Amino acid sequence: MITIESLREYGANVDEGLTRCMNNEAFYLKLVAKVLNDTAFDSLRKAVEAGDKEEAFEAAHRLKGAVGNLALTPISEPVNEMVEQLRNKSDADYMGYLERIEERKKQLEDMI
Amino acid sequence: MNEFGYSGLLKRRVLVVEDEAINREILGNMLSESYDVSYAENGAQALEMLRESRIRYSLILLDLLMPVMSGEELLGKIKEDELLSGIPVIVMTSEKPAEVKSIKMGADDFITKPYDSPEIILARCERIIQLYEEKSILRSAEKDDLTDLFTHEFFDEYVRQIDSYDENAYDDAIVLNIEHFHMINEMFGRGTGDEILKKVADMLVHKFENGVCIGCRPSADYFYLYVDHRDSYDGVFDGMSEELAKYSHIPKIRLRAGIYQNVDKGISIDERFDHAKLACDRIRGDYTKQISFYSKELNDADLYNERLINDIDDAIANRDLVVFYQPKYGIQSDKPVLRSAEALIRWKHPELGMISPGDFIPLFESNGLIQKLDHYVWAEAASQIRKWKDEFGYTLPVSVNVSRVDIYNPDLEKRLLEILDDNDLTTSELMLEITESAYADDAKGLTDVVNSLRDKGFRIEMDDFGTGYSSLNMITGIPIDVLKIDMKFIRNMNKDEKSLKLVELVMDIARFLNVPAVAEGVEEASQVEKLKEMGCELIQGYYFSKPVPAEEFNRFIVSAKEEKA
Repeated sequence: MITIESLREYGANVDEGLTRCMNNEAFYLKLVAKVLNDTAFDSLRKAVEAGDKEEAFEAAHRLKGAVGNLALTPISEPVNEMVEQLRNKSDADYMGYLERIEERKKQLEDMI
Repeated sequence: MNEFGYSGLLKRRVLVVEDEAINREILGNMLSESYDVSYAENGAQALEMLRESRIRYSLILLDLLMPVMSGEELLGKIKEDELLSGIPVIVMTSEKPAEVKSIKMGADDFITKPYDSPEIILARCERIIQLYEEKSILRSAEKDDLTDLFTHEFFDEYVRQIDSYDENAYDDAIVLNIEHFHMINEMFGRGTGDEILKKVADMLVHKFENGVCIGCRPSADYFYLYVDHRDSYDGVFDGMSEELAKYSHIPKIRLRAGIYQNVDKGISIDERFDHAKLACDRIRGDYTKQISFYSKELNDADLYNERLINDIDDAIANRDLVVFYQPKYGIQSDKPVLRSAEALIRWKHPELGMISPGDFIPLFESNGLIQKLDHYVWAEAASQIRKWKDEFGYTLPVSVNVSRVDIYNPDLEKRLLEILDDNDLTTSELMLEITESAYADDAKGLTDVVNSLRDKGFRIEMDDFGTGYSSLNMITGIPIDVLKIDMKFIRNMNKDEKSLKLVELVMDIARFLNVPAVAEGVEEASQVEKLKEMGCELIQGYYFSKPVPAEEFNRFIVSAKEEKA
């Protein structure tokens, strides 16, 4: 079960996330669970696999907003970096980013 | 009233345009404390909502990067649109360059992602909304202090907004009024009156909780509602009067409603509510009806009445109002004898043609203009009596109508005496007709006036006898000189037994009071015969003559003179 404590241990900036959720812990935890099912993760994988940087940017950008607002720092870090690379359409190791993102997502899922 | 904050504590509506569900939820959660929140997932959906909805949005929170239609594109469309450009837009973005660009495009502010603390976001939203509203409306005058409903001005502004968002929507205008409210204030004080106004506002808020509705209190005890159209108002206001009576402990208190359905958006907001008010005021005092609907016919009748009211002065000045005379004959002698005449008003309108007295007399009675009319008739009749005296050396007393309002005018006697004086006549020559219902209204006050007039020598005829609500006890106490039987009974005396019996009864009363009786509306010889048998002294009606202009009346005088000679 994901708790405020376990999220703290995970590395999320819980206080920041909670503030945005008007300090409603249940609401915050509900959104954290919900973001794991966000279609942006799938979209991002598909776009990266297909090498479509524009699609990838859109998906990564969406993720950036969501995980950023929930202050899920471990996921935010690679997502933010990836967004900047994609914005400049650089040739970066996007699969690497994706794997880091998915790995950290899995850590969170395992906490459920 | 969810969309408009019915209570007048306007809960403004904010549109969040954002493709990411998590962000929508976080923002919604922050904003819903202070606002009603709607959501769109992309620019196209948002535009559709903005254009089609009659809901007024106070603010748009716009994400820039979205599929289908981006925030930038939407922002462009909003700012191009005459109606939508009045809605402030706050852009939500995490990119610095986009912020600058969006401000240049007309965004009013921006919120960065990840979001700042809710306090900051709410403060920014509030500031922008306030800024925009101050441009069009004085925010201070938004609420009626007493009831928490909107002020009239603010209400109008909102109706305009509703119109502008969807002029094809069907709306109803409702006017509510508290019957006898002035009495409540007088009897129980302002405090109680205010409590009742608050109570009504509260009840309306509950009644219209669901659906689009805005309300205001434009004046003392009137309430306006602008609501989504509904075909039926059955039961909508049920129980409100009872609840008010229970709450106030004033059993007579009542709420009545006038409803103008499917308002014509082509007419002004004032006119729409005038229509509803017309319907509302039509059932004033009618305790059998709580709701009245506006109709074209009702409006036409009202416009017609208004025209008559406007035209009365011209009608008098141009002598379009003409006094006709109908003879009264004594029938107890072998041959009928001309005894007097009744002055009756006729209106020959230059554009509307002949107007029936039945159309304008009740109207003028209801608004007091009847006094003007009566004074005119008195003066005309007096001058005619003078003319007949001068031309034919014949004195024909004429009776004129004295309306209820005349009686309570302290100048009544003075005025009548002046008119007589002007024409060098005596009080025995102008007879006064007062309807029975006036007696029933305020027997004591009227008795005093009538006694005083009789002391001066005027003769009083009680008109329309049998239609009022006089008790026999009252009749014995009132001062009269002549009893006029209502023409309804005369008309039906040959048709139904009951009317005949009533005529007989009135004859008995006249005998008992020792005054002559006049039968009005006599048309047939058989009626004359019967009335003569019963001892009726005087007859007026088509049997002898319809009411005719003075010129035409001359012949009756001529032949009466010959008879005498």
